Amino acid sequence: MLYKKKISFLFIFFFGFSNLTCLHSQKLNFNKKITFNPAFFIKSHINDSHEWHLKKNVYISLPIILFDKGFKLFMSSKFDHGNNLVNINNNYYRLINNKIYKTNKFGFLKRDNNGNIINNMPLDFSITKNVLTLIISIFILCLIFIKLSLSYKKKNSKTGLLLEYIFFYIKNEIAIPNLGIKKYKLYFPFFLTLFFFILINNLIGIFPIGPNITGNISVTLSLSMIIFFIIIFSAKKKYWKHIFWMPKVPLIIKLLLIPIEIFGIFIRPLTLCIRLFANITAGHIILISFISLIFIFKNIYSIIISIPFSIFILLLEIMVAFLQAFIFTSLSALFLGIAIKD
Amino acid sequence: MEIHLYVGLSAIGAGIAVLGAGLGIGKIGSSALEAIARQPEASNKIQTAMIISAALLEGASLFGIVTVLLAVLK
Repeated sequence: MLYKKKISFLFIFFFGFSNLTCLHSQKLNFNKKITFNPAFFIKSHINDSHEWHLKKNVYISLPIILFDKGFKLFMSSKFDHGNNLVNINNNYYRLINNKIYKTNKFGFLKRDNNGNIINNMPLDFSITKNVLTLIISIFILCLIFIKLSLSYKKKNSKTGLLLEYIFFYIKNEIAIPNLGIKKYKLYFPFFLTLFFFILINNLIGIFPIGPNITGNISVTLSLSMIIFFIIIFSAKKKYWKHIFWMPKVPLIIKLLLIPIEIFGIFIRPLTLCIRLFANITAGHIILISFISLIFIFKNIYSIIISIPFSIFILLLEIMVAFLQAFIFTSLSALFLGIAIKD
Repeated sequence: MEIHLYVGLSAIGAGIAVLGAGLGIGKIGSSALEAIARQPEASNKIQTAMIISAALLEGASLFGIVTVLLAVLK
């Protein structure tokens, strides 16, 4: 009997809950001004921007540097979140969806048949939100490691307890097994820097106002391009021989393997790039989606679902931040290890 | 609110990509557990290999999910 009662209670609870949300959504249809668009909300949180949105009406404006027949420098507050037209020596610029377009005096935008804007875009070297955060993360890293190196002058210092553990973990689990005990010393500082750089940027992305740097495909692409060039320039003769003329296989398979192997050179760094980008971005999207459930339902009871789930996802994201830093480093060490093997 | 057909189709595509990744990671996890049960002393090496192969697999399915994201959030 008790069991049945529980089930009926649950049924009533959820039915009532769904009814409430239905009522609210019906109410919403009359008042179209307050419709909440989660896709726009998610996009604005994930993408890079020319100003740093802290609170409801609090923005940090960042410098904008344009190259259009000479450098032009002004602050992004001149755009007024895209409402204003900026005039620099009779050149007019407009900010639409975080992209800067060159327009005429009246801010006219040319559009093609699909509705895409085809105005000229000046070269944009601006210090955006992501660039500023990259600089901040470099400062944090310098601060931590200079403090660590200074602590070795004192006796019985405890600064290095955690960092030394990670240091030896990377050395014993990533560098030595993949690169070999003779050669790892040359590449080890690079992999250590890579690990801590990705880790600190992942962790900054989890902070409430922190921009997701490693969830930006250009950042991960440039990281993987560094690894691509290191592999290309430090690869041994044997590696190139295996790519262009695989030994000990029949001639037909040799010819078949050449395009696959050449494709493989480019696909390996590309998968590194996509993996980090997609993991971090997916985590952010899930987190924001759970939080925006509150605003979709416009109901206080929806926090019963959304808050515990978002805390769970947040904790998972902290684990993913460490895991992705580890995977990026270990896979790049693996690819480099294949290339430099004698 | 108007919802286009391609949004629904791409959501199904994302589901299929996640299904494939889930099957693959489950297989990797089960065989790694078996291997650790047989040889507990080699568990460190097995764990590292497991994480790397899971990451390689995940990368393949994330290609699909990124494509879906590009389609939906366009």
